[in-house]
Amino acid sequence: MRNLHVKLLALVLVLVGAGLCYYKVTRLGLPLFPTQHAEVWTVEARVEFKARHDTPVKVRLGIPRAPDGYTVVHESFVASNYGLTTEDDGLNRFAQWAVRKMRGWQVLYYRIQLARDPAHESLPAPPPPVTESADFPEPIHSAVRAILAEVQRKSADATTFAKQLVTRLHVSSQDSNVMLLHQDIQSDEDWARRLVDVLAVAQIPARLMRVLLLKDGVSHGSLIPWIEIHDGQTWLPFDPETGDQGLPETAVVWLMGDAELLDLQGGKHGKVEYSISQQTQEMTLVAEERARQMGSRLMEFSLFSLPVQTQNVYRVLLLVPIGALLIVILRNIVGVQTFGTFMPILIALAFRETELLWGLILFTTLIALGLVIRFYLEYLKLLLVPRLAAVLIIVVMLMLAVGLVSHKLGIDRGLSVALFPMVILAMTIERMSLVWEELGPAAAFRQGFGSLSVAALGYLSMSSVYLGHLVFVFPELLLIVLAATLLIGRYTGYRLLELWRFRAVLFSRPGA
Amino acid sequence: MSGAWEWLPWRRLRAHGIMGMNERNGDFILRYNPRPNFPLVDDKQKTKAIALAAGIPVPDLYGVVEIEHQIEELRLQLSPHDDFVVKPAHGSGGEGVLVITGRVNDAYRRASGSVASEEELGHHISNILSGMYSLGGMPDCALIEYRVKFDPIFTDISYLGVPDIRTIVFRGIPVMAMLRLPTRASDGKANLHQGAIGVGIDLATGRTFSGVWHDSLVGEHPDTGGEIEGVQIPHWEDILALTARCHDLVGLGYLGVDIVLDGELGPLMLEMNARPGLAIQLANRTGLLKRLRTVEGLRAVPEALGERVALAKALCR
Repeated sequence: MRNLHVKLLALVLVLVGAGLCYYKVTRLGLPLFPTQHAEVWTVEARVEFKARHDTPVKVRLGIPRAPDGYTVVHESFVASNYGLTTEDDGLNRFAQWAVRKMRGWQVLYYRIQLARDPAHESLPAPPPPVTESADFPEPIHSAVRAILAEVQRKSADATTFAKQLVTRLHVSSQDSNVMLLHQDIQSDEDWARRLVDVLAVAQIPARLMRVLLLKDGVSHGSLIPWIEIHDGQTWLPFDPETGDQGLPETAVVWLMGDAELLDLQGGKHGKVEYSISQQTQEMTLVAEERARQMGSRLMEFSLFSLPVQTQNVYRVLLLVPIGALLIVILRNIVGVQTFGTFMPILIALAFRETELLWGLILFTTLIALGLVIRFYLEYLKLLLVPRLAAVLIIVVMLMLAVGLVSHKLGIDRGLSVALFPMVILAMTIERMSLVWEELGPAAAFRQGFGSLSVAALGYLSMSSVYLGHLVFVFPELLLIVLAATLLIGRYTGYRLLELWRFRAVLFSRPGA
Repeated sequence: MSGAWEWLPWRRLRAHGIMGMNERNGDFILRYNPRPNFPLVDDKQKTKAIALAAGIPVPDLYGVVEIEHQIEELRLQLSPHDDFVVKPAHGSGGEGVLVITGRVNDAYRRASGSVASEEELGHHISNILSGMYSLGGMPDCALIEYRVKFDPIFTDISYLGVPDIRTIVFRGIPVMAMLRLPTRASDGKANLHQGAIGVGIDLATGRTFSGVWHDSLVGEHPDTGGEIEGVQIPHWEDILALTARCHDLVGLGYLGVDIVLDGELGPLMLEMNARPGLAIQLANRTGLLKRLRTVEGLRAVPEALGERVALAKALCR
């Protein structure tokens, strides 16, 4: 009955732990591996203009509004002396800088850091605007009609219509109607606008869109126009040059619709330039930022929200349960004997600072020296508590001596001896000397070696970058560790070393 | 459960009914031994008191040293006794036990033959008081009691110390027993892991099987050369009944009872253990599990000692 209870409890713990972890991995995108890096793009929009000295200056710059496929990791506005507001009209976001009086050339910066994020869900698309049939002056109007009629015949639906239209209207076409449409076009953006107008005549809702193509090392980049048509359900992007459907992988939608990228009041010669660079950043940080933006309640309890110094304390703290589980396994399933139940974990924690080899050397040296002195104390016939205290004092002095000697010898690693838990060392020396006297040196060495191997194993598991990352990013995994501990708590099978202990029984008849 | 895997060591141990440490702790000690009753066996002074009250024979208590100051008056207190045993009340595994066999002028003679001065005896007792031999280092008191002069039948198969009989009693029914013989290696102590010989005993007859010493089978005592196998332990019926009664005394379902055979006084209960070790299985080369499960399956354990002893004897068949 009790076994069933424990099993059910463990099952619940595992389900909760694994469930939370699964949610964090799949929905929040937290990485399972510490080495995962995300590409982070830094885009800097540089706004340059000449201020008129007699009027207040107002600069309105279109900025991305949660671009599809990307997470905004960081965003900053750089402009001294300017007041800054941002606004969101449901389609676009704008940064508005304003200043009462300013003269000469002005430079303002908008900087955004974007990380690729395929899981990022786009905001719901706004409904298509009512298509206003644009009026073209003659003879363009007739040309448009003629082309539309032709495209109509060669297409099946809005999508194929748009594609067919863009191909038909390509600049290289020798058709006189097409040349007529191209006649007064000066920029790519004008052309994209014209396409939107032509599509409007065909009763297909379309709109202009400006995107930035991310490319590392760009320093004087600009936005390129794109068009989107509404096929009745969603908006579909099209390349206004080739008619290809979709957006390039590297495109970030900067501005939608007809809105002006830069609206300048009280200034002239306004210009926006983009510089783009790419770095890699730890996936964890990016994911944390994204989860925060998604407004996940869970992330409010994330360890990343703690100050960095406290984070480091918790990084060590969270490893202790791993060490405890290791002790449970080694003692109850393997059957290793150690001095003190959790002493090896504390030693292993000290090994984290000294590193394994030096830790083992220093630890063995201290215990050996301590034992020699402890045997001398035995000869003095001291009472228990004063004797323990004497061992403790001697351990501290030994640590001091080892530190000083190793420093003189130029071995700076030796200085980390100060990180050993001295009370634990003193108790280990006392226990070891008792075992030595009562059960003989063999037993003392066996238990000492057992403790040291467990500490080394503990160090190896607790210094694992992977495990450290897992418990820090997914502390709920400790529930699974707890479940495993509870299950082992009801394990009544043999310990591994008992198979050896009882081997005599295997090779003789019972009761013989 | 297919036969193909029977060669696996744990399957074979299981087939022999060998109980592991985890199973002992999880299925027997935690289940059958209520924690409030532990002090009754962990404190030898208490054990002795309740045993005496129930009329169970124990070695006579000469005195108790509870505080450091009492050590000075020890000499006076001990003057009527030439030989005695000093032991910690909360000791385990025979640690901290000092056996004095006689006096040499102003000093005492240890069981090993060496001489201990008055001062050394005082220091040993003060070590006991400071908790050196007690579980968890808690302050302790020292018991001074009658030194058992063991039954002459053990003279040939014992070295220095006193052999004792460890019996596992489950729900008041003795389920397995072994004779523990001190050796030179065990320094007179009767614990197997300290180098004593464990000798299985046939519950039905009280006759010894061959012994186990340091994981190997022995037929003779390594120090004295005496024959170990086939020794008939005297008063066997009484010993079984005595161990069964001990269960009623302390209310621990899974209990180890240590009994010594005094040449004049017969079986004396030395101490009890709420966490008896597993080495008894090695000494008997038989697993405990089958017998334990049989007793566990009993709906009710009979009140009468005779019936319980009969049940015990039937177990090993």
